Amino acid sequence: MTKSRIIVSVLAALLIGGAVAAFAIAWRPAIAAIEAPAPQSFELALVKRGRDLAAIGNCNDCHTVRGGKDFAGGLPVPTPFGTIYSSNITPDAETGIGRWTEAAFRRAMRSGVNRDGQHLYPTFPYDHFTNVTDEDDRALYAYLMTRQPVHAAARANQLSFPLDRRFVIAGWKLLFLRRGTYHPDSTKSAEWNRGAYLVEGLAHCGACHTPRNALGAERASAQFAGGDVDNWHAYAINAQSPSPVPWDADALFAYLRDGWHPDHGVARGPMAQVVSNLSSVPESDIRAIATYMAGVFGAPTPDRKRRGEEVLAQVKSPPVQASKTSAAGAAIYAAACAVCHETDRALPYGGVNLALSTAVSSPDARNVANLVLSGVGAVEGERSPIMPGFASSMHDDQIAALLNYLRSRFSNQPAWTGVEKAIEDARRTQTVFLQTSPGPRNAPADATQRDKP
Amino acid sequence: MMTLKVNGHDHQIDADPDTPLLYVLRNDLELNAAKFGCGLGQCGSCTVIVDGKAVLSCVTPLLLLEGKQVTTLEGLGSIEAPAPIQRAFMEEQAAQCGYCIAGMMMRAQALLQKNPKPTDEQIRAELEPHLCRCGTHMRILRAVHRAIRLMDTADAASAGNRSAQ
Repeated sequence: MTKSRIIVSVLAALLIGGAVAAFAIAWRPAIAAIEAPAPQSFELALVKRGRDLAAIGNCNDCHTVRGGKDFAGGLPVPTPFGTIYSSNITPDAETGIGRWTEAAFRRAMRSGVNRDGQHLYPTFPYDHFTNVTDEDDRALYAYLMTRQPVHAAARANQLSFPLDRRFVIAGWKLLFLRRGTYHPDSTKSAEWNRGAYLVEGLAHCGACHTPRNALGAERASAQFAGGDVDNWHAYAINAQSPSPVPWDADALFAYLRDGWHPDHGVARGPMAQVVSNLSSVPESDIRAIATYMAGVFGAPTPDRKRRGEEVLAQVKSPPVQASKTSAAGAAIYAAACAVCHETDRALPYGGVNLALSTAVSSPDARNVANLVLSGVGAVEGERSPIMPGFASSMHDDQIAALLNYLRSRFSNQPAWTGVEKAIEDARRTQTVFLQTSPGPRNAPADATQRDKP
Repeated sequence: MMTLKVNGHDHQIDADPDTPLLYVLRNDLELNAAKFGCGLGQCGSCTVIVDGKAVLSCVTPLLLLEGKQVTTLEGLGSIEAPAPIQRAFMEEQAAQCGYCIAGMMMRAQALLQKNPKPTDEQIRAELEPHLCRCGTHMRILRAVHRAIRLMDTADAASAGNRSAQ
């Protein structure tokens, strides 16, 4: 053999070996289809448990289009990599999961592979769901398989090459998917462990509240340090929390259960759907989540504690007439905001004193910009907090002046940078939202910031 | 004292800067088409047009209107010469008690100025913040569709332009 032939042979062997290895990593078998099981074949108690788990998992939020049929999918999730559409998880035989076995469902939850053996994009947060127990997967399966089947074909994702090739996801999983069920920490209480299991798993809190790296994976080193979702900032929910008054387990419980807390305000933006779902699940699970998350926030430093007490005292003292300074922002606040935000009307129907607002103390102006422009829409069928939006009555300079004023008067943080950009983005998402579909006006549909691959 | 531009006229207004536009329109200028409903920006009956956009006048303080053009229903047309949107609402008999109708017309007008050919879905989405307790919703929708047709005709175009401040 000549030298060149040897080189060619070695290269060929490497290529074939590489192809075989890649195939082994990426290839997953299909799981045989079944006739959709009759809804009556599932135990009622199991279905009920599945309902609660699906609420904790917030499944309906991504798998239902606003105004559409429950769990029929089709919600566009814009990511830095392109737009991915949620799938139909109703038991429709052709377009849903009607022909999936429980094993196929469990495989999707654990490792992000559909019944056909295709890899699923990690917009579906299987990096969290991998820790869900067999029993809980069984209950979720029972719940979903007893829903109304809806015929709704998947919409084609808008991704460019090579990300439109699903085998690429196998590489992402090699890098970022850490499979494994939850291992209880025996030094902690059963309640804490229950909370950890839910928060890290099914509730997938980190999917929004943890920042992501360039490849769209959650940064393990910055867990709960604040992330992005739907052009909203998901606040840091660890020691870096920007909340003026530090959170504790009782406040977290009330907030997650009722959707508001007098020292923190109301949950709006993408968190509104989360608290709406959590309002209906067993209280013990919310208690567990609150207990675990209180540990993640950690005990406040003496400094933070003192600052929290100062803010509370300041809010409880008789309201001071808003200063009638010449500054444009102060005047707008006094004329347009103070009438609700500085009255005796209690939360959740009165406006929160903005000294307590996490949005105003947060490192990012986006959430305040979204709220001032779009307001807080009434939720159909619920008693809910409301706020009118000012998109049509304030121009960008007025909103910028207002935001800068709120920041300087109601937080002890440095001035925001990028206020103009935040307002521009908030306007754009609001416009897109108004043009595409009716629905809750507090949740822009153009989810430009949902940093998931 | 501030200057408020309403329906093409300048008015000198002596009121606190936090006074809602609605109060000024009704109490000072006696333009009573816009109604006080909830006072919280949640029902739509106080809607007027400011610089081409539908605005809830009950939650819009005077301060925000410096240099802006306010249009009320009175500015669109009169009983003798109704604007297309007004004619359409009359012809469809869209009002029952009528309390919400001025607001409905103003938001529909703002929509049609921006988008002369909205779909039924877009009209519904746009009018969604407005409450009507009589239940004339279907007539209101028909009236907006009729207004689209009226505005499409040549004679209506001039009336539409006059009102498009």
